Amino acid sequence: MSKKQKKMLARILIAAALMIGLHFVPAGGMARFILYLVPYLIIGYDILLKAFKGVKNRQPFDESLLMAVATVGAIVIALTDSGDYTEAIAVMLFYQVGEWFQSYAVGKSRRNISDLMDIRPDYANIETDGKLTQADPDEVEIGSVIVVQPGEKVPIDGIIIEGSTALDTSALTGESLPREAGEGDEVISGCINMTGVLKIRTTKEFGDSTVSKILDLVENASSRKSRSEAFITRFARIYTPAVVYSAIALAVLPPLVRMFGMGLDAQWETWVYRALTFLVISCPCALVISIPLSFFAGIGGASNAGVLVKGSNYLEILSQTKYVVFDKTGTLTQGVFEVNEVHHNEMDREQLLEYAALAESASSHPISRSLQRAYGKEIDRSRVTEIREISGNGVTAKVDGVDVAAGNSKLMDRLGVKWIDCHQSGTIIHMAVDGRYAGHIVISDIEKPHAREAVRALKRSGVEKTVMLTGDSRKVAEHVAADLGIDEVHAELLPADKVAKVEELLARKPAKGKLAFVGDGINDAPVLSRADIGIAMGAMGSDAAIEAADIVLMDDDPLKIAKAIRISRKCLRIVYENIWFAIGVKLICLVLGAVGVANMWLAIFADVGVMIIAVLNAIRALFVKKL
Amino acid sequence: MKKSYKIDVDCANCANKMEQAAKNTAGVKDAVVNFMTLKMNVEFEEGHDAKAVMQEVRKNCKRVEDDCEIFL
Repeated sequence: MSKKQKKMLARILIAAALMIGLHFVPAGGMARFILYLVPYLIIGYDILLKAFKGVKNRQPFDESLLMAVATVGAIVIALTDSGDYTEAIAVMLFYQVGEWFQSYAVGKSRRNISDLMDIRPDYANIETDGKLTQADPDEVEIGSVIVVQPGEKVPIDGIIIEGSTALDTSALTGESLPREAGEGDEVISGCINMTGVLKIRTTKEFGDSTVSKILDLVENASSRKSRSEAFITRFARIYTPAVVYSAIALAVLPPLVRMFGMGLDAQWETWVYRALTFLVISCPCALVISIPLSFFAGIGGASNAGVLVKGSNYLEILSQTKYVVFDKTGTLTQGVFEVNEVHHNEMDREQLLEYAALAESASSHPISRSLQRAYGKEIDRSRVTEIREISGNGVTAKVDGVDVAAGNSKLMDRLGVKWIDCHQSGTIIHMAVDGRYAGHIVISDIEKPHAREAVRALKRSGVEKTVMLTGDSRKVAEHVAADLGIDEVHAELLPADKVAKVEELLARKPAKGKLAFVGDGINDAPVLSRADIGIAMGAMGSDAAIEAADIVLMDDDPLKIAKAIRISRKCLRIVYENIWFAIGVKLICLVLGAVGVANMWLAIFADVGVMIIAVLNAIRALFVKKL
Repeated sequence: MKKSYKIDVDCANCANKMEQAAKNTAGVKDAVVNFMTLKMNVEFEEGHDAKAVMQEVRKNCKRVEDDCEIFL
């Protein structure tokens, strides 16, 4: 509890005690009025002051004015008529209880959410003369060596120069499995070092490190307002004056009509009382507080699951997603080429790979590297001579004095070697050893482990169409799409074609549904920004992705897309629940108040009770684990 | 130029009022008040001194919402 909250709580308790105590004091007339004025002023002086200042500053229409008018009105009625002052005090009291509760709940959820995102490191250990000193991460220069002990957070992005460990990346990615890291590996800030002592050479300043970027992003996220929030702000701006004028009308018009129109008694007290009840019911605070709180909690919950949402508006759009367009490489597949199969080989598989790796040893092309990886042993370059690269065809060389050719079918044709076509998709490397066909090696990009599940999960969460765009060959693309269960494929696209395809899909999609594009953020920035919502993979340190996308998946797992959609749906459902609930209850109570069925007590429930329920409901958006 | 300030305010509606007041201050290009993180992000117009403008912003905010604070 803050100091302000404690003071308020004391005021509430004192006023409540006085009000109950005064019930047993037999006083009448003016004395009674003055006695009851004490608790009223204790509980309400700041509201009266605020209302007064509001009028003075020409900003009259706010809750304080509503409460001031309602309670002063009730006191005047009590003074002239009923002598029941408790109502005015109770209204003020409950209003303050509501305000107190609201400030407590908001403060609490604010803290909850920031604890959830508590990845900011407090210090960095620097070794000087064999001793560790703690330094402000902000003051550590690029290239410094920092020491991270077990249990500590990595404060700044860098490269491990000594030590190995398991890293807990769950705060960044939501992934609970620890990641192994050793000498030469890059580490990003925000991870928790679990087992070994690490020495890290920093590669970035603290301000440019992953952890600062993420915090910056999340903290500013709820500043981008969603349409529902903008609606509520506009609503409140029109609503409060409208209610005040209707209340005045309710107080004045019916008595006048009764007096002059129907020749009856005016019944001023009744109508003024109804108008005051009307005012109390109408406070818009339940809406004004719970809608932004829902979004804030939703964004907090999402970031805890490893999904960074850059603004409430994106959460809103995401919940309406009907089309999901994927980039293939790096999104659904790992973007790492691997030797899958060796076919039609007469010699040993290992030996064929050895020939291939050696022949390709001079090249740094991803394909050559995948061959070298598959071979797995140290490459002795001295065994290879006469390497000739034939552009667009492949490579010929002498390995241990034997002629080896590795390349595509064109190379085989050129050498006059008969080759066998492969039924599999992927990149095919035909091999000829000593002038004879020796089989072929199939190299392909492997699918991410969750890719198939991710597509299915999207369908289950109500996505109508999944589309894959790729620059890869048609055969590979269709194979991957069929394997993953993607509805539509467009292959052999240049980056500019992808934009055109997305525009075509945007025109074709149902008017209400939104289109999300998922890419790795490296060469598809224009597409990310063209789609209704851009989701980037490969956020781990990739600035381009964080820049261009609206939503960033921290651990590159496509399964998180469906999760993000479910989080956004839940959040929006809560927002709409609150809007309908609050406006609904208020409208019903307003009608009841106007016809005189509702008294001040119901009015207080309609104000404070509704707000408390709405706030509690909003906090539900934070819980996303089981989605 | 953009700057971020810590603020203190009690209710979401008051935060909206502060945002309006800040936006209408001379020298402020755009202002966003985030009630949840209690922060005000202000974008200043070219050629205005941030400090002087913020004094004005604070004055205007106090006018619409007496019970608020901007930590400059």
